[in-house]
Amino acid sequence: MNIINLLTYPFVQRALICGIAISFCAAIIGVILVLKKYSMIGHGLGEVGFASLTLAMALNLPPLYVSIPLVIIAAFLIMLISQKKGESGDITIALVSSGALAVGVIITALTKGFSVDVYNYMFGSILAMNWSDVILSVILSVILIVVYMVFYNRLFSITYDEKYAKTCGINVTFYQFLISLITALVVVLGMRLMGTLLISSLIVFPAIIARKLTNSFKGMVALSAVLSVICFIVGVMLSFMLNFPTGACIVAVYIVLLLITINFGELRV
Amino acid sequence: MSILEVKNLQTSYNGHIALENINFSINEGEYVCLVGENGSGKSTLIKTIVGLHKKDSGEVILNENLENVSYLAQNNLTDLDFPATAKEIIMTGVQRHRVLPFYTKKDYKDFEEICNLLGIKDFVNKRIGDLSGGQRQRIMLARALIRKPKMLILDEPFSGLDINITKELYELLAKLNVENNMTIIMATHDLDEVKQDNVRVIGLAKKILFDGNISKWRRGAD
Repeated sequence: MNIINLLTYPFVQRALICGIAISFCAAIIGVILVLKKYSMIGHGLGEVGFASLTLAMALNLPPLYVSIPLVIIAAFLIMLISQKKGESGDITIALVSSGALAVGVIITALTKGFSVDVYNYMFGSILAMNWSDVILSVILSVILIVVYMVFYNRLFSITYDEKYAKTCGINVTFYQFLISLITALVVVLGMRLMGTLLISSLIVFPAIIARKLTNSFKGMVALSAVLSVICFIVGVMLSFMLNFPTGACIVAVYIVLLLITINFGELRV
Repeated sequence: MSILEVKNLQTSYNGHIALENINFSINEGEYVCLVGENGSGKSTLIKTIVGLHKKDSGEVILNENLENVSYLAQNNLTDLDFPATAKEIIMTGVQRHRVLPFYTKKDYKDFEEICNLLGIKDFVNKRIGDLSGGQRQRIMLARALIRKPKMLILDEPFSGLDINITKELYELLAKLNVENNMTIIMATHDLDEVKQDNVRVIGLAKKILFDGNISKWRRGAD
């Protein structure tokens, strides 16, 4: 089966449209998270997403209606605890993620009959998206990209030097929560395609690869977005052709690209 | 006219008092050096003034719009691998209180001016981590000065820098103070490079031990 034939399938079209929008958003917010040393927040929120999905299934509710508020609350809590208590982000994320995973597993154990769905949620499925998911993902992605562009200078300032930004009168807390909100939405939108265990790769890998290739923040954001979309498309195609989980295939493509980048040294432009 | 007033200020770190009973006011155009041993509270005072450290009690009254105040921290960039050019970093200084996704023509004009003033044009497009310590601190000074502040607050800005660069930067501060009437408040443990006579010294050891002209301070030191 060739690629052109593949593109005629509606579920492939849905996965591609959703995935391109989400991977673009994940990549640009990932730059900030990686540079602010919050790389693991995507993983932590993915676990919260897993717990919320199992809860939604147990209660027979639409997954996104449960996941979106719960993941946003978790993202705000992680940021709040890190700021107020002065704990490093990683500690808070580790606590939240293991706690959420435990809750998800307990709900799964208590509720019979959705082990296949749980597997798909954990590792991603190309069949997970319907047209209403596509519309929601595209609308939210466009909003996130516009917000990111409008606040780009402020977000860069806070990412580079939060203390200096504060002395300039910038409301750092507001932007921290904005970053949390964008991250939470990216995780929720992407987790059914990528899997709750692998959604963080969509956030982290493009930024790490782009960081090795650029000298500027703007360059890193742009390259990260482009690489993310390319890797996503290649990963989805592989996933379909090899009948492997989507998330795992995309991560495999990222790993190959990262190894190539490391192997060829730093080619900063 | 008073640009900054500090009244009965008390601050602490982890329950230990760092500063107590601090009272002073600074007039527009003054050049003030906060001096003291390590742990005397000079950096804490600077951080409290710029809003990076919470006060326990007392008042810090800034009679100037925050956009006219600029801050330069110690020369300590923690992440040398941060992907940002010197230009990107300098431009964060122009943001003031507006939210814009782009910079204006005036911002770029100010950028050119500050590059010429500080002689940094040759390396503004380089990654910040690829610059020497002296070059990096010039970039940070450019970021602080690009918005043409009326008051510049510096926290041991030149510690660890080459003596020639330090001299040059002290001369620049003196020039900004005299020619632009810029108020300068600087925490430092070394007054040797401060050459002019119109400098006010505030000596700290958790409390104010001295407040007067630099020549009087030097006579006391002798």
